[in-house]
Amino acid sequence: MTGAVVIGAIVGDFAKWLGATALSHAIQTAGWIIPALQTIHILAIAVLFFSAVIVDLRLWRVLQSDVPLKDVARRFLPVIWPVVLVLLITGGLLIIGEPRRSLLNTTFYLKMALLAFAVVFTVALQWSLSAAPEFWEKGRGGRLAAKFAATLSILVWCSIIFAGRWIAYTQVG
Amino acid sequence: MLHLKDVIGFFEDSSLADAVRENDLLFPLIESVHVLAICLVVGSIMAVDLRLLGVAWVKRPVSGVTRGILPLTWGAFLVAVASGFLMFMSNATKYLGNGFFVAKLCLIAAAGINMLVFHFISARDQRRWDSQARLPLSVRLAGGLSMLIWIAVVACGRWIGFTMEAG
Repeated sequence: MTGAVVIGAIVGDFAKWLGATALSHAIQTAGWIIPALQTIHILAIAVLFFSAVIVDLRLWRVLQSDVPLKDVARRFLPVIWPVVLVLLITGGLLIIGEPRRSLLNTTFYLKMALLAFAVVFTVALQWSLSAAPEFWEKGRGGRLAAKFAATLSILVWCSIIFAGRWIAYTQVG
Repeated sequence: MLHLKDVIGFFEDSSLADAVRENDLLFPLIESVHVLAICLVVGSIMAVDLRLLGVAWVKRPVSGVTRGILPLTWGAFLVAVASGFLMFMSNATKYLGNGFFVAKLCLIAAAGINMLVFHFISARDQRRWDSQARLPLSVRLAGGLSMLIWIAVVACGRWIGFTMEAG
């Protein structure tokens, strides 16, 4: 057997085990729990996505341009991290409720890979906007870098939201 | 006389509605754009609401907060309405028969009324309190109400997906 087949079998067994736990049964049985978790999940995404986009639009000098870049970043970017925790908890419970929907789904792993990249990228951006905000505003190079970073950030967060919705359409069985 | 049923039939029978129904990619694509737009609408409104409630960004005048955020809200709202209408068109009769869909529309209307009341009544003397951290009760109420309404809008939106039969 190849490595991929072995991993596939282990993940399949794990999904089966997870789906048989008492917690999974509780989530499946009460019909309102999954839509309620998804609602909290989307509300949290709304807060996170808006916070990232408003800083990106400031980097583009489209909105909030009368506020120093450093202040906009300090106001909105730290909000992201507690919200990520809420997303991991609600997302984790959704996986426990329907393990096969995500764990046996390539789109889910794509979403997680994109999320890992977005987290690292946003940490770096937050650090740089607080340590050296002048870099992003002085000179043509800095302003170009700001637009590039902002565009990349918007695209990555959008892809994560797209992938999230796509999980519903690519599940097996 | 033109009935609502005829108007709905016109949209539902259009080739655009047909494409949204029949094409496997089109519906999820429109739905994803809808989620994206809703997230920006709700996220941005909540930021403004938190300022009205005196919870966040209280050092910045309310007018500064709204000027720097609401253009994004309106842009995203247009996208949400357009994408939402495309999905509605594809299955208009079924959506109108869904209680959560009707509730969602009513809640959005309520949010609109709340906004108009705020704009034309509570914000008439905005210059007086614009820079204050703690705002008058009517302003805080508008912010709190707006937050609750939009949370309910998102909940109804998600519940539509669970109460509509596939197809």
